Amino acid sequence: MTPKRRRLSIVLIGLVMLGTAAALVLTAFEDNLVFFFSPTDLQTKQISPDQRIRIGGLVEEGSWTKSDDGLVSTFRVTDLDNVIPVTYKGVLPDLFREGQGVVAEGRFAQGRFDASEVLAKHDENYMPKEVADALKKSGKWHGDEKQ
Amino acid sequence: MSRLLYLLPLILFLGAAGYFAAPILQGKDPSTLPSAMIDKPAPARDLPALIASKPGIDPASLAGDVRLVNFFASWCGPCRVEHPLLMEIAESNAVPLYGINYKDAPGAAVNWLAQLGDPFQRIGRDGDGRAAIEWGVYGVPETYVVDKAGRIQYRHVGPLSREDYQEVILPIVERLREANG
Amino acid sequence: MIAELGHYALALALCVAVVQSTVPLYGAARGDDILMSLARPAASAQFLAILVAFGALTHGYVTSDFSILNVAQNSHSLKPMLYKVSGVWGNHEGSMVLWVLILALFGFAVAAFGNNLPPSLRARVLSVQGMIGVGFLGFILLTSNPFERLIPAPLDGRDLNPLLQDPGLAFHPPMLYLGYVGFSMAFSFAVAALIEGRVDPAWARWVRPWTLAAWTSLTGGIALGSWWAYYELGWGGWWYWDPVENASFMPWLAGTALLHSAIVVEKRDALKSWTILLAIITFGLSLMGTFLVRSGVLTSVHAFAVDPERGLVILALLTIAIGGALILFAIRAPSMKLGGMFQPISREGGLVMNNLLLSVATATVFIGTLYPLFLDATTGEKVSVGPPFFNAAFVPVMMPLVLLVAVGPMLAWKRGDLPGAMARLWTAAILSIAAAGFVWSQQNDVAFGPIVGFAFAGWLAGGSITEWAERIALFRVPLATSLARAGGLPRSAHGMTLAHLGLAIFICGAVADSFWRQEVVVNAKPGETVSIAGFDLTLDKIERTRGPNYQTETAHLSVSRDGAPVTTLRPERRFYPVQQMPTTEAAIHSTFLADLYAAIGEGGDRQGWTVRVWHNPLVPWIWAGCLVMVIGGLVSLSDRRLRVGAPKRRTNAPSAAQVAGAD
Repeated sequence: MTPKRRRLSIVLIGLVMLGTAAALVLTAFEDNLVFFFSPTDLQTKQISPDQRIRIGGLVEEGSWTKSDDGLVSTFRVTDLDNVIPVTYKGVLPDLFREGQGVVAEGRFAQGRFDASEVLAKHDENYMPKEVADALKKSGKWHGDEKQ
Repeated sequence: MSRLLYLLPLILFLGAAGYFAAPILQGKDPSTLPSAMIDKPAPARDLPALIASKPGIDPASLAGDVRLVNFFASWCGPCRVEHPLLMEIAESNAVPLYGINYKDAPGAAVNWLAQLGDPFQRIGRDGDGRAAIEWGVYGVPETYVVDKAGRIQYRHVGPLSREDYQEVILPIVERLREANG
Repeated sequence: MIAELGHYALALALCVAVVQSTVPLYGAARGDDILMSLARPAASAQFLAILVAFGALTHGYVTSDFSILNVAQNSHSLKPMLYKVSGVWGNHEGSMVLWVLILALFGFAVAAFGNNLPPSLRARVLSVQGMIGVGFLGFILLTSNPFERLIPAPLDGRDLNPLLQDPGLAFHPPMLYLGYVGFSMAFSFAVAALIEGRVDPAWARWVRPWTLAAWTSLTGGIALGSWWAYYELGWGGWWYWDPVENASFMPWLAGTALLHSAIVVEKRDALKSWTILLAIITFGLSLMGTFLVRSGVLTSVHAFAVDPERGLVILALLTIAIGGALILFAIRAPSMKLGGMFQPISREGGLVMNNLLLSVATATVFIGTLYPLFLDATTGEKVSVGPPFFNAAFVPVMMPLVLLVAVGPMLAWKRGDLPGAMARLWTAAILSIAAAGFVWSQQNDVAFGPIVGFAFAGWLAGGSITEWAERIALFRVPLATSLARAGGLPRSAHGMTLAHLGLAIFICGAVADSFWRQEVVVNAKPGETVSIAGFDLTLDKIERTRGPNYQTETAHLSVSRDGAPVTTLRPERRFYPVQQMPTTEAAIHSTFLADLYAAIGEGGDRQGWTVRVWHNPLVPWIWAGCLVMVIGGLVSLSDRRLRVGAPKRRTNAPSAAQVAGAD
């Protein structure tokens, strides 16, 4: 092979690899994007029960109950307009409290949100950006972008 | 052709940098109140008194005059930074100051005011941060201008500086005082 | 007074950096030796000044001087001494001071040990290094002064976020920064080479130790951070694909590629412009790591200082540094002489593949990390890209790389013999099949994931050992001769073998943990028992005690296996009153083969306590693998050919005419 063709073959192999990788990344993307919804979005939009989504808002005061064995928690998440009941089996993050912001990941079916994960907030003084935005959208929160 | 290839990294980079900068640049100036809350009545919630000798804050107490409402906490460093200015404002009698004590231990807050001075005419306690959510407070300190009708007219985020006070807050206060006699 | 001294020292450092970034550069362009020689004392002075500033800030923390705003907001008089010191960099302002301190340290190292560098290159490298210093010192002084006073001083401080009060995290930022900032050396060398207009094997040899040092530190820093997340967050996992983790992982991937492409420049004088580009990209990703964490653009576990204005300034710095370097690249790189040719199947070809795969991996992480931001900015739609995406996209890219790592070192430079290399890899194939077979036999139900994973790890380990054994002719000549040969091998060869072995060990740990992890969550009252993976854990009691700056509830879990006592685990739930913040302290019983990991949640005597127990097989291998990689890096770094100031260097001191011509 001439040097030129050699170089060309390397470039071609590289392009094929990049193409494969791009295809790979894009398919993985399609399947694994987790969209975020506020409680109001859940009332107005149609969401398939198979789709993994995230919701966020404030944990409504007085809504947090635990089952007798202490493992299943139910609480309501609100954007101060609409409310979504949430069920979660597992240990809630250290900073989970009523009246505080929360983000949960899971599936939404028959008006209930079945959370597989409740995301921890790691600083008392800041609210998750998604939650602040959800509240902002409902017009009940006027926080700024300072997340 | 190959020149273009060498330019490609630069073009890609500038594109990426632009899209990074966009969300930040588009973000409104965080120290101004989003339009939704302007001209809305201040949240109606009775806040209990922090100090026995000084009344708390209720909706009625916010009407009648133009006032500054300052959210503060004893654990908050920037609050300490702006405190001397608040004391000056109180002494100058330019505009009445109300304080809302955000997520604080009452004892700590009382000590704090005893140590640094108390510039407030009324102080409400917001132990659980509910009032702060309704006002739209993101973090302390924040200062609001409330007009005679008890409506929020301006919001300042972060510690108040002398320039902020003299060049922004005071003119707003004077304008609001003149409005409707 | 000491704080003011520190502030003054920072300002002084900025002035020195301005001189350092201009005068030697001008001197190099003019060929003026005296102006060029200013670079070294300037770099030393800059380092000393920043050291004084850092010392002053540390003094403030150690003596709990709450009249300094930064100390009052991040420290507390009751905090243990270790965390008073680590508190210096546990916040935005202090961490930026540490950043520039390390930057200046690298500059100082070049000034002190760079005797063998051609004076013009040295002057230019130090100038570029000085420019980065100007940017960041200016940033600190203008937007994040750590010495701001708070008068009157509060009685006590706000305390450091309790999650950050941990020995693992005390040393995580300095190591991470050594890595991030270390890549600034590669960047400075790349920009200096673009200005000079020449890149040659000698250049690659000078860049290599800095890149290697940065890579080693970054490996250690990322491992420490992951270890911290593992035992401190109490969630049993060790890598979350969290944006901040990704921010440190991207420069690691790019840096790994750079390390390998620099070898091609050094040995074969090829891939020059690509290597320069990689050096720029790697440092760009390091800066972006700083930017992402500092600006709080991404919501994350770690975003403790969030301020869009600061983020914008860092973005501006990044644009000037990287944009400027890329403009220079676009102008200069096309005229760079093409280097040696090679066949696709050759050592170079293997290293090119390595670079391609690592670049794709970096791009994958980049897209996954930044796409949510992009979507939010363009459509306002909020998405998150979680671990499933990264696992689905990243792992398949890494798999061919792992296969290649065993083959590549077997190939000859220029023209390799693939069938021959494969034939020599029969031991690796045997080890690979053996590992897969062992996993197969141990599994109750056949799952292919772990079988494939272990087969790959076995292949990689076998290939690395075979290559090393061949070089010392192990078992083919008497052992003593082999040992003598091993002694004669360059240290970098041992380093490479160790680093590749470390990767194999890491893969075992990662694969085992992701496929075989077990988790049990129960609500238990004292006296009740939890069973997991053959262990029985009995909750004996819950004890309430006080630590220096926290209150704690400690669970006593006695662990037994088949009735025989093993150990007692004592997970805690702490509450830090100053910050009003609870934290979970997990308890871990670690054997070589698995971790038994316990954490407790909220509870009370009446309703019982939530107890979470994990059995994480081979998790210790993850960090053992990283440790072996770090050791490999250190061994390679001690190679005398790389040692700065070592003899036998090709001193290609360019003539003044050449330099002038290049400009």
